[in-house]
Amino acid sequence: MSHFLKVVAFSLLVIAFFTGFSFFGVPQIEPAPPPKEEAVERGAMTIEQFVALGKKIFDGKGACTLCHNPVGGRAPALERAGIAAVERMKDARYRGAAKSVEEYLYESLVKPSAYVVAGFGKAGTNDTESPMPDASAGSIRLSEAELRAVVAYLQDLSGVEVTVRIPTDAGATAKAQDKPAQRAPAKNAEELIAQFACTACHKIGAQAGGPIGPDLSRIGASRDAAYLRRAILEPNADVPKGFAPGVMPATYGEQLYARELEVLVAYLAALK
Amino acid sequence: MRIATGIRRALPRLALAAAVTVFLGAAALAPEAAFAAEPVAAEGAKASAFAPAPTLTTADYPQIRGFNGRIAVWLAAQLHLWFAAFVLAVPIFVFIIEAIGMGTRDERYDRLAYEFIKVSITAYSLTAILGGLLLFFLVIFYPHLFQYLAGIFRESMIWYALLFFAESAILYLYYYGWHWLQGGFAKWVHLTLGLLLNAVGTTLMFLANAWVTFMMSPAGVDAAGVFSGNTWAAIHNALWNPINIHRVVANVAFGGSIVGAYAAYRFLSATTAEQKAQYDWMGYTANFIAISALLPLPFAGYYLTAEIYAYSQQMGITLMGGIFAWLFIIQAVLIGTLFLAANYYLWCGMGRSDGAVRYNRYVKYLAAGIIVAFLVWFTPHTLILTNEELKALGGPYHKILGPLGIMPAKNIAVNAMILFTTLSFLMYRRANKIPTVSWVNAGNATQAALFTAGLLNIFFLGVYHGYFTNTVYKVASSIPQVLTTLAIIVASTVIDTLMYRGAKEVAPLHWGRVSDRSQYALFLLAVAFTWLMGLMGYIRSSLRQHWHVTNVFRDASPDAFTPTLGYAANVVSLGAIIFMALVIFVFWVSQVSARHTTAVGYWKAEPAR
Ligand code: HEC
Ligand code: HEC
Ligand code: HEM
Repeated sequence: MSHFLKVVAFSLLVIAFFTGFSFFGVPQIEPAPPPKEEAVERGAMTIEQFVALGKKIFDGKGACTLCHNPVGGRAPALERAGIAAVERMKDARYRGAAKSVEEYLYESLVKPSAYVVAGFGKAGTNDTESPMPDASAGSIRLSEAELRAVVAYLQDLSGVEVTVRIPTDAGATAKAQDKPAQRAPAKNAEELIAQFACTACHKIGAQAGGPIGPDLSRIGASRDAAYLRRAILEPNADVPKGFAPGVMPATYGEQLYARELEVLVAYLAALK
Repeated sequence: MRIATGIRRALPRLALAAAVTVFLGAAALAPEAAFAAEPVAAEGAKASAFAPAPTLTTADYPQIRGFNGRIAVWLAAQLHLWFAAFVLAVPIFVFIIEAIGMGTRDERYDRLAYEFIKVSITAYSLTAILGGLLLFFLVIFYPHLFQYLAGIFRESMIWYALLFFAESAILYLYYYGWHWLQGGFAKWVHLTLGLLLNAVGTTLMFLANAWVTFMMSPAGVDAAGVFSGNTWAAIHNALWNPINIHRVVANVAFGGSIVGAYAAYRFLSATTAEQKAQYDWMGYTANFIAISALLPLPFAGYYLTAEIYAYSQQMGITLMGGIFAWLFIIQAVLIGTLFLAANYYLWCGMGRSDGAVRYNRYVKYLAAGIIVAFLVWFTPHTLILTNEELKALGGPYHKILGPLGIMPAKNIAVNAMILFTTLSFLMYRRANKIPTVSWVNAGNATQAALFTAGLLNIFFLGVYHGYFTNTVYKVASSIPQVLTTLAIIVASTVIDTLMYRGAKEVAPLHWGRVSDRSQYALFLLAVAFTWLMGLMGYIRSSLRQHWHVTNVFRDASPDAFTPTLGYAANVVSLGAIIFMALVIFVFWVSQVSARHTTAVGYWKAEPAR
């Protein structure tokens, strides 16, 4: 064989080896496709679905697991983020303006440098600058609703109370994938109360009702909206004297659409 | 063969044509971009002459049935880069070799330098043609992107075109004037031309690098992509200098390897002992250049990585984690190949010396050391993946090998590999010499102690920082390690130089006395380098993910997805094969001009005067 052919054959073999190695020497992983802008759908969503959406964003589009994962050691684990938040806000190094866990978590996403977890700051900044990108900008660029969904997920994850309100106007800017069969949203509070048979246990406003639950005819006089919201989402959080926990169904959070919840709370809060 | 000469004459003209295309392209499109900007500017609070980055849809990307625009741009860009790297690198070492020749008054250097530049001259025209092709494809398939970039880099694109003219003029003067500008002052003029050529060429590349790095780490624009009007800010973006450095060094290594392959081929087909000696020497010198540039490359690479992390940790983790973690395994295989091939060539080259027998027994230990270092480098780290990728893979860990996979272990391996290669070099240099200084034993003991202490220090630093401190300090070991390596290279070279001052030669080196097989190491080097460059071109672009300009200008084309490694490997291989074919053509053309055919009876007899 002439030298020329030998050299060409040799070179092709080398190239074939490199190509082969790239195919068979390393696993063929399909890189995640570019994130889609979630279709804006004027629907409605329950708090559980909202948390599920937050998880989906956290694992996918938000790119959070790139850093927040158990193997990399590049960013703090977030299983306790909601609990740790309380101490963070008291820390002398805290430079943010958050007053609640929810605000703290939200701030962590959009102003990561407000508090930099010790040891995780950018090199050379002595933990004053966070390497975490602003999740509302840059390549992550989550919408307001998506950010809140992530905060809801983080609260849920750390086992603290989920205080996030689903933005009602954006009903769900993004819709959860596994949405149960659609139910037409109720038009007003009266219809909701009838539909969910609250009066089986409660007297509400002028409506008569059963004695199993507390009398809600003038509930707005003693309880504020935040309390009422929680009473519906997590009935066992505060149990008034004389009533047994675990009686009122705890599933309303899943069943009520975000807007319905707000309508209902506003209705109850107005009963004075 | 008149045709060949004809082609040689025509190519510069083609180059000019391509340059004109570039120039007109930039000039024609840039103003358009500026006009497009005007209506939008009004809505900003303070009026700006520049438009924000457009939001595109799939429809904004012209499609030609049966023709993949992304692959076309990819291949044109990569081929352009390969040729550009080659033609920019060759003048760097031609300049050095010419200067050495002038210093030593050894004409062999001058002839060698001339032969090097001759190889690159045809490649130069091809570079321009491929650049024109790239521009053409960009304008056709990514018109909005081109328009946006042209809006920002309008001025520098025009400078680029002008510099290209200057580069061509100087190159042709430098090459065609080689035999004319000889001796005394004229030679100095010629050398100055060489310097000028390099200055212009490097500036040219830095300009092009600015466009590429702007797309990776945009500067001089706000979050919406509105340009502030400060061109220097856009050029001097975060990754500009790291890539400038990495590319200059990588180009020299790459250029050396290609010239080495040329010499190897000429060696194999040489018929006389004289030719064999000449091309053996050329191959050796080219390889020497390639390896000298290869040694600092890993450091330039880590500097680039560090700057990517500093620019955006997210981008850094995308680079080193996820699917690209596997790319670095492939990169490790390629770089290991480079080191092994280079060392193998050196060991074979010891056959040129009658004194080498004294060192042959050490070769196997060096080989073993390099292979162990290579294997460690090659070991994948626990991979950081997104959940979907995790599922596809079935788990992130290499449980047993995990500890070897982390960066400090790799740093140990890289530094060790470099030191072993340095040892090979020292051994090669010593092979033909017998020292005459009185302190030979002390000198040898010092060298041994130096390398042992250095390796231990590198090892200790890596282990301590890597396994006994927390994550943030893990990479802290790399700087003292690198310093150790550099210190050893410098110190050992100094000691050896002093020790072998006035040394006796065992016998004159037998240039040409080297096996055919050793020449294949040079081919391996060239092919591996070519492929490596293609692969790194892929990761450089993929880092932007679905963005044309990171975080500023989204890629909405159907091709916005990141291709798999296998897919990329196919494109890179296809490009490498096209590149090789073109290189063979270039070499053939450069040889053909030396051939003469006497066509008896073809020309009518000259009228007797
Ligand atoms: C580039 C890596 C990176 C990415 C991507 C990232 N983070 Fe972070 N994150 C960090 C680092 C590092 C810290 C610790 C420094 C700090 O406190 O800012 C942190 C801190 C946090 C904190 C505060 C923890 C505390 O205890 O105070 C929260 C909450 C958080 N990240 C949530 C997220 C979410 C949600 C996402 C996805 C939208 C995300 N991060 C994406 C790196 C990242
Ligand atoms: C099966 C009976 C039952 C049904 C149906 C029921 N509740 Fe209740 N509810 C209770 C009981 C028992 C309590 C008190 C114990 C507790 O808080 O869990 C309570 C507590 C409450 C409270 C808190 C009162 C307070 O002062 O703390 C509110 C508000 C409330 N219910 C609203 C509703 C609404 C709105 C509905 C319909 C969507 C509803 N409940 C349906 C049994 C019921
Ligand atoms: C011995 C080690 C190395 C060698 C031989 C090497 C070689 C090369 C070569 C030949 C190129 C192409 C240059 C060009 O396009 O002009 C390149 C580019 C690149 N390298 Fe390296 N490299 C090394 C180390 C690294 C390391 C450690 C990293 C980072 C982890 C790295 C990251 C890159 C990137 C991102 C590019 C693309 C930049 C560009 O297009 O120029 N390299 N490298």
